[in-house]
Amino acid sequence: MIELLPLILATVITAATPLVIAALGEHVVERSGVLNLGVEGMMIMGASLGFAGAVVLDNSYLGLAIGALAGMVMAGIFALFALGLATNQVATGLAITIFGLGLAGLIGQPFVGQPRPPIPALVFGLDPIVCLSFVLMVGTAWLLNRTRAGLILRGVGESHGSAHALGLPVLKVRLLAVLFGGLCAGLAGAYLSLIYTRFWSPGMTAGRGWIALALVVFAAGSVWRLVAGAYLFGAILIAQLHAQAGAIGIPSQFLSMLPYLMTIVALVVLSMAGRRGAGAAGSLGQPFVPDR
Amino acid sequence: MMVLSLVPRQGVSRVREIVTPLVAFVVALVIAALVLLAMGKSLKTAADVYVVEPLTTAWSLQEVILKATPLTLIAIGLIFAVRANRWNIGAEGQYVVGGMFGGWVAIAAHGMEGVWILPAMLIAGMAGGLVYGLIPAALRNRFGISEILSSLMLVYVAELALDYLVRGPWRDRTAFNFPKSVNFDAAATLGPLWEGGKLHGGVLLALLAVLGAVVLLGRSRFGFAVSATGEAPRAANFAGFNDHRLTLAVFAISGALAGLAGIIEVSANMGQLQPSISQGYGFTAIIVAFLGRLNPVGALVSALVLAILLIGSETAQIMLKLPFDMTRAFMGLLLLCILAGEALTRYKVRWNA
Repeated sequence: MIELLPLILATVITAATPLVIAALGEHVVERSGVLNLGVEGMMIMGASLGFAGAVVLDNSYLGLAIGALAGMVMAGIFALFALGLATNQVATGLAITIFGLGLAGLIGQPFVGQPRPPIPALVFGLDPIVCLSFVLMVGTAWLLNRTRAGLILRGVGESHGSAHALGLPVLKVRLLAVLFGGLCAGLAGAYLSLIYTRFWSPGMTAGRGWIALALVVFAAGSVWRLVAGAYLFGAILIAQLHAQAGAIGIPSQFLSMLPYLMTIVALVVLSMAGRRGAGAAGSLGQPFVPDR
Repeated sequence: MMVLSLVPRQGVSRVREIVTPLVAFVVALVIAALVLLAMGKSLKTAADVYVVEPLTTAWSLQEVILKATPLTLIAIGLIFAVRANRWNIGAEGQYVVGGMFGGWVAIAAHGMEGVWILPAMLIAGMAGGLVYGLIPAALRNRFGISEILSSLMLVYVAELALDYLVRGPWRDRTAFNFPKSVNFDAAATLGPLWEGGKLHGGVLLALLAVLGAVVLLGRSRFGFAVSATGEAPRAANFAGFNDHRLTLAVFAISGALAGLAGIIEVSANMGQLQPSISQGYGFTAIIVAFLGRLNPVGALVSALVLAILLIGSETAQIMLKLPFDMTRAFMGLLLLCILAGEALTRYKVRWNA
């Protein structure tokens, strides 16, 4: 059992990494005061286009980059509507998700069941993207809490009216945050298809984008709570897979429900700990139209 | 922003309000047509498949109305929620639970006769959807949890629960290994309204729901409370409207209507429970509600329009080798176009500045 521990730990980290990356991206977006519910759509576009790119170009690293870019392009569409035209952010995010799920299915269709070019493990059996996710955690925490840029971003999210009055470029800051969120979601999706499952299958994100959104709520403003939550989820995902394989007498459907039920339970626990609505940016989800 | 700037319009004309969704729909169609051209598909065949065929035979016209029925029912419920600025994106789950509860009555009454069975199924379906819809509302009221996330998570839970039931306790032991319940008896089946026809009583229930929503939203104190809470929550609070009770009410309505849609589909079209009983109606209905500008009659018209598209997409899978994902992508695109249209009725867009 003891000798298995590093292996189990590695699988948990692998399962959690797409959640970590996507949630970190959305965390930055929500800190800037924007609620992008399109994470699931951006993620699946990253999974589909990333896989297609890797197969066509015969290079999985390029595939990961293409996946990330695909997520960013979707985020750009979201920004055009939600920031440029001040459309309702909830509805726009939903549209991005529905659109992304459809388009990703279309693009991925010829690649169902195909193998992808190999990606070697780097250190301790961990792949390069896991290592990148560590950098991303530290980088995001540092940027948000220790730099002037982070202060501006949080200020814009807390009160866009005041930020605008101070002469801060509200929409520009939000655009950059949204694009970063898309990049992360796309990369998380590409990681899912290229490294985690190693296959493309339609609808493979299976609600992970929504779980990432819940993790951001759970984080209540702290990058480290977010990361801890994501790894906890990775552990649940792995435990559920093992339980299904081990045939412990619980019907597999109930085990498959666990991640979704745990998401709700986690939010309930957070609320009972007295942190109801804590940490959400003050202007979250409200469109901003600068007056002249 | 740096390139776009929005200038609010002074008052919006009535004409613009009606024309906007039409323009949005046309723009989405043009983009879709360009995509089809780029994919090397024949636009003439596409027009035949998506528009002409569903509308030209008596048989397919009835199919269109049948498809529009669950969409209308669910969308009517969602209109209440969205107007109150509550986001029930889990209607798909409430639909599934409705089918499950109603289907349970049919399975339990298997072999029995009686006119009570069908009404009991419909009521059980509504009750199931209602209770399932109340969960996210209660979580929001009690714990401040985003109803968006919880209602969506519950969709997956409902689908898995149904999957378990039809493969486990409710499986028809005589059907070899097929994961399905027993076939419903005639007493548990919503039959056609007239001999040889296809339309069933569910169509009338959908029309009734539209009528009810028109009256409730337009003429009642409750309808006023819904809109007031959505548009000016603080003012509504001062006016004495209870925010928590309203959340429960709009989720109860949308859950019950989604549940009703679920059991109608199961009873009339499937005649059994099976692992999957929806084609994403709960999500499509969100687009129906928006395309209808959150107006019950508008939703009815939009449901018919999207039903034509759904029927067309079934043929297109064979005739044009276009997967259902094409339709889904179009739905997302359509919602984006509608939202852009809404923005352009409220603001004038200036470039530069």
